[in-house]
Amino acid sequence: MIDARGLSCPMPVVMVQNEVKKSSPNELKVQVDSMVCVENITRFASSKKYDVVVEKKDGEFILTLKKQ
Amino acid sequence: MSKRINLWVIITGFVIGVAALALTAFGNPANMGFCIACFLRDIAGATKLHSASVVQYVRPEIIGLVLGSTILAVITGEFKPKAGSSPATRFIIGAFVMIGALVFLGCPLRMVIRMGGGDLNAFVGLGGFALGILIGIFFIKKGFTLKRNHPVTLTEGMAMPGLMIGLLVLLIAVPTVFAFSEEGPGSKHAPMLISLAIAIVVGALAQKSRICMVGGMRDAIMFKDFNLIAGFGAIFVTVLLGNIILGNFKGFSAYNQPIAHESWLWNLLGMALVGWGSVLLGGCPLRQLILAGEGNGDSAVTVLGMIVGAAFAHNFGLAGAASKLAEDGTYTAGGVATAGKIAVGIGFAVLLLISIVNILKKKTKEAAVI
Repeated sequence: MIDARGLSCPMPVVMVQNEVKKSSPNELKVQVDSMVCVENITRFASSKKYDVVVEKKDGEFILTLKKQ
Repeated sequence: MSKRINLWVIITGFVIGVAALALTAFGNPANMGFCIACFLRDIAGATKLHSASVVQYVRPEIIGLVLGSTILAVITGEFKPKAGSSPATRFIIGAFVMIGALVFLGCPLRMVIRMGGGDLNAFVGLGGFALGILIGIFFIKKGFTLKRNHPVTLTEGMAMPGLMIGLLVLLIAVPTVFAFSEEGPGSKHAPMLISLAIAIVVGALAQKSRICMVGGMRDAIMFKDFNLIAGFGAIFVTVLLGNIILGNFKGFSAYNQPIAHESWLWNLLGMALVGWGSVLLGGCPLRQLILAGEGNGDSAVTVLGMIVGAAFAHNFGLAGAASKLAEDGTYTAGGVATAGKIAVGIGFAVLLLISIVNILKKKTKEAAVI
């Protein structure tokens, strides 16, 4: 799981981008703590043909990216 | 990247454009309906942090932008007090971003507004801004980070909104404590309540849409994500068309533009400093105000750094001087004094140092991926 909590723009998306480039995983989990990151990662993921499921827990978010 | 553009970004860009035109019509200086750098500089003057008598006024637009963001963030549950991501470094970057902006004579938002007013100097500034963003992206790709923030107390999160409420109360109750310009840009302003009301709406929209002048270009280059840059475009088109409709547009020219100078190299370098610094900060000056309104203490510190940078800019003669056309037809070209040029040079050196020393070692970086 990528822990991108507390990082400012665009670091969370960069971390996801690096992981997708490196291993093109079928599934990837990302932990963030702001809606901005959820929106940015979702836009990036859908451009790379990933579906995104967002789970909210204690004010934080876990995004599950699955290859379409 | 997804071609999906958030409609809120377009709406916000349109509203900012209309608001900028309206504020100018109500009394703000030309091509300065909104300018975060100029308005923070005016607040620095009003609070006597500098004594440049022509740029002193408590701009209600700044108060409104922060409070608009706070109000919407509280309503939507996005108000989250957090801080601790290299605050002192952010303060210094904020100060140099401000110095770069005042050398150019405007923040990225005013740059777009100036472009929509036909000011070719702003297009040169845009080139510098893009250059600075590219430099910033280079370091981000190398692993630059100002590290994580962490949840903090409500008082920390309320620091900037609280400061703005305090300023507003003093402005209404005892305005005599402040210094106010009697001539020059600081003396030109829309009525207080109109500025405040418009800025609250814009602040809320900016919070909702995440509009960011630097984020637009950065995301387009890094991720082919054109969401935020659509807002940038919407402001430009709205201001341009608005100026044409209102009869303010006199064609594109670099000559005799409102509160601007034609020193192309320093317009370019000033905005390059702004672009680079803003990428390192994670957002333009407008975005820093909005984040500070959402409870981000790091952005609050950045805004304070900008205010101090503005004070330095005027106490040490670093800010650009605007060109002037006298009533007898004499034209005095403005520009940047030696001190300002040196300050920009120091700014680049400081940003380079900050960019290099904050590159995360690869080993540590991989540790973030559990």
